Amino acid sequence: MALTGIQIFKLLPKTNCKECGVPTCLAFAMNLASGKAELDNCPYVSDEAREKLAEASAPPIRPVKLGKGVREATAGGETVMYRHEKTFYNPTTLAATIPASMAEADLAARLTAWNAFQYERVGLNLRPELIAVKDDGAGPDAFAKTAKTIAETSEFNLILMSEDPEVMKAGVEATAFKRPLIYGATEATVEAFGEIAKAAELPVAVKADGVEALIPLTDKLTAMGIKDIVIDSGSRDLKGSFADQVAIRRAALKGGNRSLGFPTITFPCEMAGNADMEALIAGMFVAKYGGIVVLSEFNTETLFPLLLERLNIFTDPQRPMTVTEGIYEIGNPDENSPVMVTTNFALTYFIVSGEAEGSRVPCWLLIKEAEGLSVLTAWAAGKFSGDDVGIFVKKSGISDKIKHNELIIPGYAAAIAGDVEEELPDWNITVGPREAAHLPAFLKAKVGAA
Amino acid sequence: MGFEIIKESYAGSIKEIAIGAGDNAISVGGASCYPFYQFEGDMPHKPKIAMEVWDMAPEDWPEACLAPFKDVVGDPAAWAKLCVESFGAELIVLQLKSIDPNDKDASPEEAAATVKKVASAIDVPLIVWGCSNPGKDEEVLKAVSEECQEFQLTLGPVEDANHKGIGASAMGYGHALISSSPIDVNLAKQVNILLENLGMPMDRVIVDPTTGGLGYGMEYSYSVMERLRMAAMQQGDDKLQFPIINNLGNEIWKCKEAKQSVEEAPILGDPEKRGILMEAVCAVSYLVAGGDILIMRHPESVRLVRSFIDLMIE
Ligand code: B12
Ligand code: SF4
Repeated sequence: MALTGIQIFKLLPKTNCKECGVPTCLAFAMNLASGKAELDNCPYVSDEAREKLAEASAPPIRPVKLGKGVREATAGGETVMYRHEKTFYNPTTLAATIPASMAEADLAARLTAWNAFQYERVGLNLRPELIAVKDDGAGPDAFAKTAKTIAETSEFNLILMSEDPEVMKAGVEATAFKRPLIYGATEATVEAFGEIAKAAELPVAVKADGVEALIPLTDKLTAMGIKDIVIDSGSRDLKGSFADQVAIRRAALKGGNRSLGFPTITFPCEMAGNADMEALIAGMFVAKYGGIVVLSEFNTETLFPLLLERLNIFTDPQRPMTVTEGIYEIGNPDENSPVMVTTNFALTYFIVSGEAEGSRVPCWLLIKEAEGLSVLTAWAAGKFSGDDVGIFVKKSGISDKIKHNELIIPGYAAAIAGDVEEELPDWNITVGPREAAHLPAFLKAKVGAA
Repeated sequence: MGFEIIKESYAGSIKEIAIGAGDNAISVGGASCYPFYQFEGDMPHKPKIAMEVWDMAPEDWPEACLAPFKDVVGDPAAWAKLCVESFGAELIVLQLKSIDPNDKDASPEEAAATVKKVASAIDVPLIVWGCSNPGKDEEVLKAVSEECQEFQLTLGPVEDANHKGIGASAMGYGHALISSSPIDVNLAKQVNILLENLGMPMDRVIVDPTTGGLGYGMEYSYSVMERLRMAAMQQGDDKLQFPIINNLGNEIWKCKEAKQSVEEAPILGDPEKRGILMEAVCAVSYLVAGGDILIMRHPESVRLVRSFIDLMIE
């Protein structure tokens, strides 16, 4: 919970020496509270006050770093209950499970298959982050070996799952360099697991029977000096685990409950009998507060929708993804290539350019600034009017690059054709198809006819 | 001191709305808590799944979602019957695709005749969905409203531009309405107020917030639904306390990735399974955001989402 200016003031020296640049300690406190000043500007704060302030300004849900390398991710760090209140910051990380006893060849095959599940979309690479190695009684050596193979031969980061401290130690020893998550300390093992986590400086998850029972466990770990904690409330029925996720998020954000201010880990793999239902349950956790979601396996058909959902839910609502205004070359366009225009909404750009590329017809794509809105939205909002588009095309410099005078506008913007024509009297305005999916056929017909 | 979940104190609840007639009527809404937050309120009615039927054979459906309907796509009444009898549809939505002036531009009379056939063939409530061209929808839905007065239909989308004509007719003939607006709390409220001022009985209104596809604007609809629910329940705004409908299948199955073949997108795997899961995962997102009626397409996604709802409620 953030402190108020008055609460901060009580912790300051109250000498009004002005060295911080403002006339009084109170003014400085107010600035600190509103984020306009840095604590370091006051040379006289006591260590004790500094600690209290740091503690109070710590995020209500601790961001916990998971893994190393290209698939490193953070769980937690959220500050709101609903994404429209600000944004959700750290996308739910996705994991699949591998039993420790899996044969080497099977493991290699699986890693190859799972590694291929990467999807390019709106300029991003969508992919899962984690593999949970599950102790299935094969002993510490097998556990360590499997974990090590994953850590060394794949980009995936690890969750080490065992109830046995000996097995866990072996796994940690083999893979600590990749910052695995230790799962899971229970009431019986919290000390042993805490020691392992502390010695290796790794994040550790606790599992309890219900939300309330988590509190003494995280408190114990905190007392041991461990900060990076992940929590599992233990429930494996859908209704109950949904309630737990809400309870935990509210406790941390609204109740200032430090003992529950950690990312959660959830297990659709233990909640459903088949991959499809697992995916739906995982979808629920992506929307409602799961920090880590563990599936039985990765299947491309279930993973891709989950990654799309995650992309949507974790997009910053205040800033649609955009691309820069300008002329974009697709293929190697020349002076006879078709010219198209659309908005700077990243999704629109990537869909349209993707289809145009797919058509193998070289062309020019003009991107007009429209506050990152889709074609129809931009048109409805007056950011893609005929006049605007006309003036933009004139100024873009495209006429210097081409010998023809045909401009293709999006089918959904057919209504602006007349106004564009008025603004660009020397041009021919062609209304393109509505859906970008129909662009390839349209473009092929166009150059075929020319 | 035991741990207690921090509870929301609600200032309002969602209206319970019955649609359809007599024994076949079903109720939606009535929730006194956020979607599925049953630890602090009630959700007396499970969210319902409506299956969509087109009034003309679809030309651009991917094979995967055409297959289950291939014998009936030319016959909306048979199609609707199949959805109810074989796939357990709780409602049917007839999408009047043929009336689009940019497409077949079918007449109001033709549309009304199709609606009548479909309504007569099924024993679940029928929702009639226009082509989102406000002028044409007004013409057609007025005709449908009058020609089909023996059925209690639900008509939409009704926007500010056409609320008067459709509203007056629906009031006269006892139909329910879908109040529609483009992803905006204030606009949603405005259409509802317009309908109320017209004299529309507000216990026959469902809200369509505009539905985006998975990966294609879903997040905007998702957040506006959460905001609609908060305005309705936390701030107690009685102009927004209506059940929500999402025309979802229609958005999902036109996404590029739901249509690509194995050859076009080998990495995306089996096209049927992929589309089904895109529809089902998106449905889950809309359910937790507050969807009371989901309009869906593929029988397998319907089955999956129904069991999800059962698990969430029971
Ligand atoms: C998400 C959304 C929003 C988001 C904005 C998201 C964004 N960044 O644009 C928000 C909530 C902010 C929004 C606001 C509004 N919206 Co809005 N919104 C939508 C929604 C659901 C999806 C839009 C989307 O993301 N589409 C995906 C992108 C990729 O589509 P696209 O850009 O059109 O590109 C496609 C095609 O056009 C084509 N294409 C694109 N470029 C080109 C170029 C060429 C040459 C060719 C051939 C093809 C082509 O390819 C793409 C794929 O096929 C649509 C409804 C819908 N289902 O479409 C309504 C919709 C666009 N919105 C609408 C309206 C009215 C508004 C508002 C004016 C309402 C208001 N609140 O006042 C505001 C205006 C915004 C503002 N700043 O004032 C209406 C427009 C009505 C109309 N026919 O004019 C729609 C259609 C909803 C409706 N049915 O009423 N909206
Ligand atoms: S420097 Fe520190 S002690 Fe001096 S006025 Fe500023 S806050 Fe007060």
